[in-house]
Amino acid sequence: MAEINFSSLKPYGDTTDDGAIQLSFTLPIEPSAKAREAATQLVRGWGFFDVKIAHMSKIGVNYCLFVVFARTDKGVDYNKIEVPDLGGEKRSYKEIDKLILSDIKRAIRVVGACTGYDAHTVGLDAILNMKGFDGDIGLERYKGFKTVNMGSQVPTEELIDRAVKENADAILLSKVVSQKDIHISDMRDLIARLKKRGLEGKFILVAGGPRVTHKMALELGYDAGFTIGAKPSDVANFLYEKMVERMDKGQVEPSSKSEPKSGKKKSDK
Amino acid sequence: MAYSSHIPLSSKKIARCREIAKSIGSQVASLVKVNSTVGTERAVLRLLGFNDATANEQGQLFPAANFICDQVKAQDRLHEGALYWIANALIATGSDIPTLQEKVIRRQVDVGALASQDSKQVHRLANQLAKEAYKNLIQYRKERTQVARKLKDPIKENRPLKYVIVATGNIFEDVTQAKSAVLDGADVIAVIRSTAQSLLDYVPQGTTTEGFGGTYATQANFRVMRQALDEVGKEVNRYIRLTNYCSGLCMSEIAALGAMEGLDCLLNDAMYGILFRDINMRRTLIDQHFSRLICSKSGIWIMTGEDNYMKTTDAVESGDQVLASQFINEAAALNAGMAKGQMSIGHAMEMDPYYEKVILMEIARAQMTRQIFPEAPLKYMCNTKYKSGDIFTSHAIDTIFNLIGSMTNQGVILLGMLTEAVHTPFLQDRSISIRNANYILNGALGLSEEFGYRSDGFISTFAQKVLNDAVTLLEKIDRIGIYKAIEKRTFAGVSRTIDGGKGADGVFEVERGRYLNPFFELMGSKI
Repeated sequence: MAEINFSSLKPYGDTTDDGAIQLSFTLPIEPSAKAREAATQLVRGWGFFDVKIAHMSKIGVNYCLFVVFARTDKGVDYNKIEVPDLGGEKRSYKEIDKLILSDIKRAIRVVGACTGYDAHTVGLDAILNMKGFDGDIGLERYKGFKTVNMGSQVPTEELIDRAVKENADAILLSKVVSQKDIHISDMRDLIARLKKRGLEGKFILVAGGPRVTHKMALELGYDAGFTIGAKPSDVANFLYEKMVERMDKGQVEPSSKSEPKSGKKKSDK
Repeated sequence: MAYSSHIPLSSKKIARCREIAKSIGSQVASLVKVNSTVGTERAVLRLLGFNDATANEQGQLFPAANFICDQVKAQDRLHEGALYWIANALIATGSDIPTLQEKVIRRQVDVGALASQDSKQVHRLANQLAKEAYKNLIQYRKERTQVARKLKDPIKENRPLKYVIVATGNIFEDVTQAKSAVLDGADVIAVIRSTAQSLLDYVPQGTTTEGFGGTYATQANFRVMRQALDEVGKEVNRYIRLTNYCSGLCMSEIAALGAMEGLDCLLNDAMYGILFRDINMRRTLIDQHFSRLICSKSGIWIMTGEDNYMKTTDAVESGDQVLASQFINEAAALNAGMAKGQMSIGHAMEMDPYYEKVILMEIARAQMTRQIFPEAPLKYMCNTKYKSGDIFTSHAIDTIFNLIGSMTNQGVILLGMLTEAVHTPFLQDRSISIRNANYILNGALGLSEEFGYRSDGFISTFAQKVLNDAVTLLEKIDRIGIYKAIEKRTFAGVSRTIDGGKGADGVFEVERGRYLNPFFELMGSKI
């Protein structure tokens, strides 16, 4: 196997460092020899070479679809890339539950919602509801969590009100709709409103959604961001570790207000 | 070993399901009988011709229908029906409907606050107005049929209709996308609504160019798209169907506007609003009945939303709730006098694509649904739940979806997009999706007539189990009542209570013997 040049990492087609890429796009013109040339020049202009227009066909009225293969010689220095890691061990539901009982000595209180116009509760439900997903059961089923799932289209203020009322340790914000970056502005909205009410730092803030990344969540002021593929146990473990960290810093009192549940569930609706 | 073109399903069990669903339907009927909603009253106003708008105190355009309804409500007179007070106002002011609307808009008349006129005279006029409005509705239907008759109807081609969505937020951009889709082969265009429009308690006015994840459903937008589809339909000599969303707080109003503007189908399902939009169940079940009366007489297909249940539950296990809900939806539609050929009953291919034998399971479901609702132009929805950014696998899944849709003779297939879960479809996404469907539907034409189902095979056994489970589930729902059943998470794993949810304050008890809504009788309500 050829050696990989990590200081200038490039795409791989069938030969190391060939820089092969595939693209597809539409131009608002009819297919023609001129259109083909336009596409070629366009892709070259983006810095690619060996441009092959593999496919050109008409779409609808006067649009043209292109499938293009080309190459690039621009690499990226892989060694210099830094991405914050969520870290944490991979633990099972039973292990986490046991750890919460022994270390936190009470249930961790979590309030979750999809705010704004977002009506997509798939992600939130998968993490919070009993059923979980992909065989990984949801937080509701843990003895170590007391969960409230407020569902969809919850105004940010109501989410905060509920978190205060429940004396929550953590807020879970789920954002699926991402048109016009609405997920980011809704994430910002929560931070801003918490600040305004003097609740900054009170809750562990976790965001989740297909377009949410851990890095982006950290930048916006959250403690973590989970994206597609995250399991309830991943979130549970993060919350547990964060709670331990907060207790060590004296930010959380392992109070007795809400004892670990004795198998009885409580749900919002 | 016996093979047959049909899965062996017990007709006794199917009949039993219908019988229980009828009983569940009568639970809803007794609710509809004694209650109305502000939405239903506004739909009456819409049918009468109150479709203008006026600026409200905040300077936003606000429908005259809302304005009038609020006026009557403010005087606590709504329980006699909006129609009664319109007739009263017409007599009191000596105007016709356009003049009265104009006077209301100019704040010269408060419909709720006028002196009561002779009740007999009011009744006579009210009935006359309703009859005229009903006649108009039948006329819209005639006009639509005439447009359709001049073109080839893809429904006669013995293959499912190809349904795609447009969702740019801008009705004029939607037109470009829709026309392109038709030229590529689409038969049904669905204009996705702006996110959460279902929660607005009024229908926005005029053409719109801004929306989140979709375009506002307005009368003017309906008209723009209708005209565009008629034009492009002429060009390709195919009748192109238009659909939109008729759920939420303006359910019955949208039905009225859809009927006026020549829509062919409406996604119409109270359960969707209850479960996924947290709309009060009494509110939306009452509105649903009136909306279905309108659809029924306007020749509009209703499309039901059972496919959504599988998104929040394990789709392999939720077959019984989908089937149970389909029977309940059918019973509710029958109560509105709807023909079975107008019921585009919804279901979906949403099982985990990586399960062993999942394709067999999906065939079983699709074929079972086909057999149980033989006259319905079934609405079959593609996989969305297990779509990620992997557009290539996504496209492969869509291909199988199209094949199952073809071989089980679905009425309408809601084509999958390779970029599902990434963005609302680009022009090219939709085109690629239609190309896939063109290939499969053309290439697999007649496939179902060549093969049979093994009577004791996996597919038959799987389908039979779903039917058996549905009988049990329906019995349970009937026993505890539909409202309690919804509260107990019977559908989609979601719980809603009878008094919870949005729009509950828009429900009111009608005054027996005085409430006036002749449309129920005119439209052949069975309730």
